[in-house]
Amino acid sequence: MQPYSESIREAAKRLLLEKRVDAVIGFRQGTVPFMNEPFLARSPEQADQLVWDGNCAINLANYLPKRNGSVAIAAKGCDSRSIVIHLVENQIRREQLYVLGIPCQGMTDKRKIADRLNGRQVLQAVETDGKVRVSGRDFEQSFERADLLQENCAICTHKNPVIYDELLGQLVEEQQIDRYEQTGKIESMLPEQKRLYFEKLVQPCIRCYACRNACPACYCPTCFVDESKPQWLGKTTDPTDTLTFHFLRAFHVAGRCTDCGSCERACPVGIRVRLFTMELEKQVKQLYGYEAGVIQNGRPPLDAFRSDDPEPFLG
Amino acid sequence: MSDWEPKIIAFLCNWCSYGAADLAGVSRLQYPPYIRIIRVPCSGRINPKFILAALRHGVDGVWVSGCHPGDCHYIEGNLYARRKFALLKSQLEYTGIAEPGRLHFSWISSAEGTKFAEVARSVVESVVAAGPAQHFIKKQAEVA
Repeated sequence: MQPYSESIREAAKRLLLEKRVDAVIGFRQGTVPFMNEPFLARSPEQADQLVWDGNCAINLANYLPKRNGSVAIAAKGCDSRSIVIHLVENQIRREQLYVLGIPCQGMTDKRKIADRLNGRQVLQAVETDGKVRVSGRDFEQSFERADLLQENCAICTHKNPVIYDELLGQLVEEQQIDRYEQTGKIESMLPEQKRLYFEKLVQPCIRCYACRNACPACYCPTCFVDESKPQWLGKTTDPTDTLTFHFLRAFHVAGRCTDCGSCERACPVGIRVRLFTMELEKQVKQLYGYEAGVIQNGRPPLDAFRSDDPEPFLG
Repeated sequence: MSDWEPKIIAFLCNWCSYGAADLAGVSRLQYPPYIRIIRVPCSGRINPKFILAALRHGVDGVWVSGCHPGDCHYIEGNLYARRKFALLKSQLEYTGIAEPGRLHFSWISSAEGTKFAEVARSVVESVVAAGPAQHFIKKQAEVA
């Protein structure tokens, strides 16, 4: 992963010096381990702060909608698909963008590391050839990187960027995998079990809307959660309100969600919110053969129709 | 429980299914009286929020009906709606918010008064079979 940092810096400096772009969107080291922060480098000097490792999971496409001027953006597979979604939805124009494509080996899940450390605090984390070495006061431990992947990265089938102007590194091999094992398990439950499962799932939700804010597909000027006349959604943490929120949030990104996992990573209480969006992704794929952000010409599935669309809802 | 009567909200499109309800009425066709009709301009007007709001306020079933695909007054409203409904129904059942039997969709033209009465009967029947919907009713007080 480390070489990417170098090539991102090199590309960023070049683009900024040539005045090809006004800013480069990437990550810089955060103040605590496992928490890189999104960063806009606006000058060649600032470009030196750019880094890339397994903690760059947040989807940078979130910083694109309605942006003025030209920007370069470091894009993994999922980011690049979200960029395509923005292009299709006219949130930014292609000529404003310079995409630095990054073939991705998956991002690490800080919660999985925390689980393995029994509450010990990590002061430093270093990533080298497939291993993550963490150290803190009186301990040092090493983990296989492959065991620490985020859930969405473990089942990712688009590691390579779908669009790019420049590729930083070699394309990686895509995996063939059943993405819908988890949702399949839920589908096979009885209705009553499903209801209890999801009520329990969203029970810890504090309605901070971090999942919405982290989502590149959520850019409505007024979100439905903030509408007040009429108010479709109560603002309490009543199970009905919380479930309504999660249901509608997922529905709004139906056919647009690229499963980048930003929502889940952003959730402060660790709700597996992707369980809502995954099922919609599966249905969209099955019914309309559409994968979000993969094709650059064509409308999103809910903004299109065919005369022979299936009607599984009748009867 | 024995005196429970189902409460069903029907969203009918102005041009077809609402006309069908009218025709069923003037034709003196019988169907159970548990359906509350809300007239909408087009089945494409249906927003998932409407259905969730209905469930939150305690209805036992929701029925959405519009023109046959291809016959939409607005040419393509119900063709967009069709994709939305397919995802909406599967997702509502996947999350357990609505059990099978609570949500119904149909295409009924304004000439199909008989079909309207038939579908109304079958909707009521399956909502009765599903029983009262309790779980999605909001328990805490509404705050603005």
